[in-house]
Amino acid sequence: MRVAFLGATKGMGRALARLMAQRGDQLFLLGRDREDLERSARDLEVRGGAPAATAACDLEKPETFAAALDAAEKALSGLDVVVVTAGLFATQDQLEADPALTHRLLLVDFTNTVAFCEEARRRLLARGGGTLCVFSSVAGERGRKPVVLYGAAKAGLTRYLEGLDHRFRAAGLRTVCVKPGFVRTSMTDGLPVPPFAGEPEGVARRVLAAIDAGRPVVYAPGAWAWVMFVIRRLPRFVMRRVRF
Amino acid sequence: MLSGWGRLPQPGREVRSEDLVSLTRDAVLSRGLGRSYGDSSLPPPSRPVAAGSTLADRLLCFDAATGRLRAEAGFTLLALNRIFWPRGFCAPVAPGTQFITLGGMVAADVHGKNHHRDGSFGNHVLRLRMRVADGRIVECSRDVEPELFRATIGGMGLTGHILEVECRLLRIPSPWIRVESERIRDIDRFIEALKEAGPHWPYTMGWIDCLSRGRSMGRGILAKGRWAEPEDAPPAPPGPTRRPAVPFVLPGFVVNRLSVRAFNALLYASHVPRVRRRLAHPESFFYPLDFIRDWNRLYGPRGFTQYQCVLPDAAGHGTARRFLDLLTRRGGASMLCVIKDCGAEGEGLLSFPRPGISIALDIPVRDDTQGLVDALNELVIAEGGRVYLAKDAFTRAEHFRAMEPRLAAWTAVRRRWDPEARIRSAQSVRLFGDPA
Repeated sequence: MRVAFLGATKGMGRALARLMAQRGDQLFLLGRDREDLERSARDLEVRGGAPAATAACDLEKPETFAAALDAAEKALSGLDVVVVTAGLFATQDQLEADPALTHRLLLVDFTNTVAFCEEARRRLLARGGGTLCVFSSVAGERGRKPVVLYGAAKAGLTRYLEGLDHRFRAAGLRTVCVKPGFVRTSMTDGLPVPPFAGEPEGVARRVLAAIDAGRPVVYAPGAWAWVMFVIRRLPRFVMRRVRF
Repeated sequence: MLSGWGRLPQPGREVRSEDLVSLTRDAVLSRGLGRSYGDSSLPPPSRPVAAGSTLADRLLCFDAATGRLRAEAGFTLLALNRIFWPRGFCAPVAPGTQFITLGGMVAADVHGKNHHRDGSFGNHVLRLRMRVADGRIVECSRDVEPELFRATIGGMGLTGHILEVECRLLRIPSPWIRVESERIRDIDRFIEALKEAGPHWPYTMGWIDCLSRGRSMGRGILAKGRWAEPEDAPPAPPGPTRRPAVPFVLPGFVVNRLSVRAFNALLYASHVPRVRRRLAHPESFFYPLDFIRDWNRLYGPRGFTQYQCVLPDAAGHGTARRFLDLLTRRGGASMLCVIKDCGAEGEGLLSFPRPGISIALDIPVRDDTQGLVDALNELVIAEGGRVYLAKDAFTRAEHFRAMEPRLAAWTAVRRRWDPEARIRSAQSVRLFGDPA
């Protein structure tokens, strides 16, 4: 597969990119920090991948999206998969204390991510189809006390990806919406670790299988599908009381 | 709370990030996978946050012609084995676990079953990238800042934060191991057998039953291995192994004299009396203990310490017997006691191995553990040996000074780079008098 990857330098993105490189997929890395991208590209190359090229792309700068995806298409001479694992995270307390940060997070995790996906979607459809795999979150499943703002952005993203799947599946666009539960990465470092916490490598294996199968929704680790099944059904008076 | 592998907790926590350069800017100590047994990887009480390197695990380059590898400090031996065994390379040393990072391997200057032939890890390290105490980032090697380089190998992470490691891997003919093992009747014969096997086998190690006394004191099983030749090995590389775990911390009484005696007798009896030859998965040969995840939970809620010392060849033949005699007299029941042959001393100024016999044993923490370690240390000092800091939690500062004549030279280099001992650990507070 020829993959353009936004967010391969860290966390679950790093783990997923490694799995892809190890099995011989061709990767093109997009991200903010060129030096960091180069280091990840070398890591993937030593692990058995073909040399990976890189281009600057910043979810805070929508004007970088088109050029970055053009560069990826050109370097890979085509495009089969676009993966987005990048995003911003902050705790509810941090966001409530800082309206500017809230604005930034909502912009990056919803508006700009959707704008990037639109650029990717157009290119994939123009080539007759492909896979768009985007990391949303279980935080978007239900309005919950610790993730009111972050969860709202992810809920919007999840709904957008669902709509894409309905609208363009027949035209060949396969949308994979990943809903990670709690995964031990630098993003969640320092947060209290709940039950069913996962490791990035396990998530990556599950997501890669979902990309190969074109599964529209994947929970990772898998146990979170059941956790969210229950949480989605809890009545409001319970949600007002519980802390999660 | 944070603890080493021995599960002796101290106040503290770990922060992790892919960006080790930023993470170490003001950090007091780096730690990898926390597999050192005692307090080496624990921060001092007044600055209780350690910088965890495990997310900084990228490979930066590999040259298949020379085996030269460069990676970030959090790259693990597990990943190294998985990636490079099938390509015909192995790590230059064979320590007892693969759940360790390159940074930790440098800091403890780890050694293994091939120490008698290939020395410790530091011998194979070419360059280090470090953040030193004043905040600068420096590269060091045998040519550039050689003193810092030599003080960092085996320096327990106290000379600076290790950011990147460049080392050489060894070529292997196949990713399988040819193993020969045999029962040995007593400790004197064991040491002879280890020394005899050394020139012929790159990997040797022994397990001894340290509860048997009298004529069969120090009986055990000697294992010798070498990488199999391609015509002798299966065509497919060995697959990953699945590991059961100890699901929870067992009650403290599970490991007692009776259960340890039974376990050791069973282990000895389970080996056929004649020499056994087999082809082995390298993980089962190199890392038998890794097969059970979280095996440190066996020792109960009080945790355990590992005692590892090297008894120099110069101390003569009876030294290991004297050690075991003291151990059994003091009632030190060790589930596993591992004995290895050590070759030449490495370049690291505080590196553990030296020519002699290394003995490692697990000691469950009891009320008298400090007394037992003190007594063992006094014997080790008298024999001219020393203990391994990566295992240690109980050695007294004056005992360590007595067994380590190189300490002054190492301290002088460390002072030059870090006059106020900004980078320090709970262990360096205990042993080197650093500010708590």
